Amino acid sequence: MNLSRRRIAAIYRKELREYRRNRQIVITMAMLPLLFSVYPAIEIFALPGSAADELRAKQPLIYMLAIPAMVPATVAAYSVAGERQQNSLEPVLTTPIRDEEFLIGKALAALLPSLVVSYAVFGVFLLAVELFAKPSVAAAILRGPAILGELAFIPLITMLAIWAGVAISTRTADPRVATQLSVLVSFPAIAITTVTSIGLIRVTAPAAAMIAVVLLIVDVAGWRVVAPLFSRERLITR
Amino acid sequence: MVGLGARMPEPGPPPTVGGAAEPAIAVSRLTKMFGERAAFRDVSFEVGRGEVFGFLGPNGAGKTTIVRTLGTLIAASAGTASVAGYPLTPEHGVDIRRRIAVMPEAPGLYLRLSVRENLECFAALYESPVPRQRIEAALDAVDLSGRARDACGALSKGLRQRVALARALLSDPEVLFLDEPTSGLDPVAAGEVHALIRELRRRGVTIFLTTHRLDEADQLCDRVAIMNTTLRAIGRPEELRSKLFTTTLAVRTRQPLVDPDAVFAGLPAVDGWRSEDGRHGADGVYVIAVSDPTVAAPEVTRALVGAGADVLALSEPRRSLQDVYLEIIGDEGSRE
Repeated sequence: MNLSRRRIAAIYRKELREYRRNRQIVITMAMLPLLFSVYPAIEIFALPGSAADELRAKQPLIYMLAIPAMVPATVAAYSVAGERQQNSLEPVLTTPIRDEEFLIGKALAALLPSLVVSYAVFGVFLLAVELFAKPSVAAAILRGPAILGELAFIPLITMLAIWAGVAISTRTADPRVATQLSVLVSFPAIAITTVTSIGLIRVTAPAAAMIAVVLLIVDVAGWRVVAPLFSRERLITR
Repeated sequence: MVGLGARMPEPGPPPTVGGAAEPAIAVSRLTKMFGERAAFRDVSFEVGRGEVFGFLGPNGAGKTTIVRTLGTLIAASAGTASVAGYPLTPEHGVDIRRRIAVMPEAPGLYLRLSVRENLECFAALYESPVPRQRIEAALDAVDLSGRARDACGALSKGLRQRVALARALLSDPEVLFLDEPTSGLDPVAAGEVHALIRELRRRGVTIFLTTHRLDEADQLCDRVAIMNTTLRAIGRPEELRSKLFTTTLAVRTRQPLVDPDAVFAGLPAVDGWRSEDGRHGADGVYVIAVSDPTVAAPEVTRALVGAGADVLALSEPRRSLQDVYLEIIGDEGSRE
């Protein structure tokens, strides 16, 4: 199957234009992760310098990987259900666009603001730790390899969350329900990152690399999984 | 309304092209079931290239579902069809959609984007080789060039409808499906849409028009189909009228005729007569059934004058498409 880059780009550009006109979408995307970061940040600020050794033995930054799982929930969930709600899906689907092109365009468009918000929240968190935590605590948390790993995993997890959100959006008529379901879907990721960050699970470097490869494969092939869920007839008639 | 530019033929012929006479749309025993409910059943018809074909029926008759089926959005449950020369199958969905455009009843615009941005998106979806020219031509065609920068959300319903029409023209379609294109438009705006449809027809675009406005269908359509889940009638409006209704002449005289039977009975072109009010012509108005009005009218006039009647009026009452529709659909009413 030949996918048209031009049609994918048309959907991508249209989505970004809509985000620009509706800044509330991006603000809403940032709210939940910001709130999610406040409590751990306060906990870290309150830690005495003596806690640094214990922190070094754990992987506290992994907790922050829950953020890219949460951020795209709104936009990804709105991607198809929102078009249905405003009756714009039918005109689009009567153009030569293929289902896969539509979904890839939607997913890539959701990726950009989600990455911006995820990296921004992560950056604010790191800055706050550097500024307000005890120097030894900050040094124990802000370790180069941990930060690099975080930076690498953010897009991988973001894309996974986007595909989950788009999949939910293709099967849900109401954008509000789709958003709620997408937020629910991010809970397992939150649970895993939380138990890992408090030391219940230890992720070694080879394990992390293997997880990254698996995530990358799932991210790249995500449209192949989601496309069969996309039924034009169901979307138009129900 | 201004020109739409030259049509750009698609490269390569479609697989089933059999010559100029090949229909733009051919539907054979097409059926769509939603569970146990039939949206439409056993529908067969053909639409010629360059024809304006009206599709009429009450709400819930299956008109929009047929448009969606022919537009490759919905799969038929049974039967076959071809659109723009391609068989209506999943493999040919993209080929068909390259050659058609659908204007649904709800404009479905991106309301936060401007008129031009909406059209840019769709020109790219159609992979138009000259998007700017197509956009300008489409905007000109619906007289919206001056509003191109306006956000669609700020436009009136009528203007949104025109943007949707411009969007449908972007791809220079062979077959254009218009689902209630003048719904909610004021008479002037509706008239502009009618002029545009005539212009498209002149350029050889096949138009499949669903509408509730029977006067619109009567004015614009070469042929109409009337359906209510199943196809009830199909043909030129004139054909349907003559098929359903007896041709008549309406006569009004100053005084009632003394013996109407004696006046009309012997005329070869007259099949019979009745009074308009059921009082044996007491008000001087007679409806005369005739086989050929051009032969009967002079005969009747001579007979009336010969009987000493003062003829005030003699006319051939024209049945409207609405009369045809009501005769066929009757009080079945809508299914919605």
